[in-house]
Amino acid sequence: MSEYWFSQPEFEGKALELLNVLPTPEFVQNFELDEKDFINAGKAAAKIKNALKQLGVVPAVLRRVAIAVYEAEINIIAHSKGGKIKCSYYHNCILIVFDDYGPGMEDIEQSIFPGYSTADELVREMGFGAGMGLPNIKKNCDILHIISEKGKKTILEILIYFG
Amino acid sequence: MKTLKEFLPLIDGKILTGHTGFDKIEITSGYVSDLLSDVMGNAKEGQLWITIMRHLNIIAVASLVGLPAVVFPKNILPDHTVIAKANEENICLINSSLSTFEIAGILYRFLHSK
Repeated sequence: MSEYWFSQPEFEGKALELLNVLPTPEFVQNFELDEKDFINAGKAAAKIKNALKQLGVVPAVLRRVAIAVYEAEINIIAHSKGGKIKCSYYHNCILIVFDDYGPGMEDIEQSIFPGYSTADELVREMGFGAGMGLPNIKKNCDILHIISEKGKKTILEILIYFG
Repeated sequence: MKTLKEFLPLIDGKILTGHTGFDKIEITSGYVSDLLSDVMGNAKEGQLWITIMRHLNIIAVASLVGLPAVVFPKNILPDHTVIAKANEENICLINSSLSTFEIAGILYRFLHSK
């Protein structure tokens, strides 16, 4: 099993603590993703973006959330046997957990390296597979936590603050 | 302010979507890429996107990034599901017989002329 943590400099060293002190969410949304279902890619990102827009979240944050969620959706659709998304809304942040049905990653550090990709021909034809997904997620979130086990599954958590 | 309406005749562009408000679309800049993650990561809101990709995913990307219009070069025609989705998301789709290089060049000159 491998685990990966990343946080923007202002949250450095506090990521675990910040995730642990999250209260009960104000509301939760769930989504399902199917393997290779590129037609529905982006639906969760659009719905989450709209929900946040209605909550009055500023456009710059909407964009960060939309990009991170869309890339994570694509990752599940392109590389896993499908999975689910649980999105928890808080007064000052959003936590999105992507939980797939495998097959997990060999080495998270390698997968997150810009340009590294295991994408097949279909994924590349769709305009993805350039090894930019995880780097894009990293760039747009405040805290990123990934747990993966080869042959099992991957859980990816993203926390983004509104302010 | 530079608008899409002024730019279209320069590339002999045809609007594929049933856009009613297209004459109000302002273009601030352009972005050329066929790699969706690159567009997601680097394109800026309000840019005109030129791409040969015609899969449905481009509409999701344009909508999430805030790109008001997509131009397909070389008379590339996306299928009707893509056009329908673009109408739903209020993204203007355009095609032109010119190449990506020519469209980008004309756009650059258009945006930088007084």
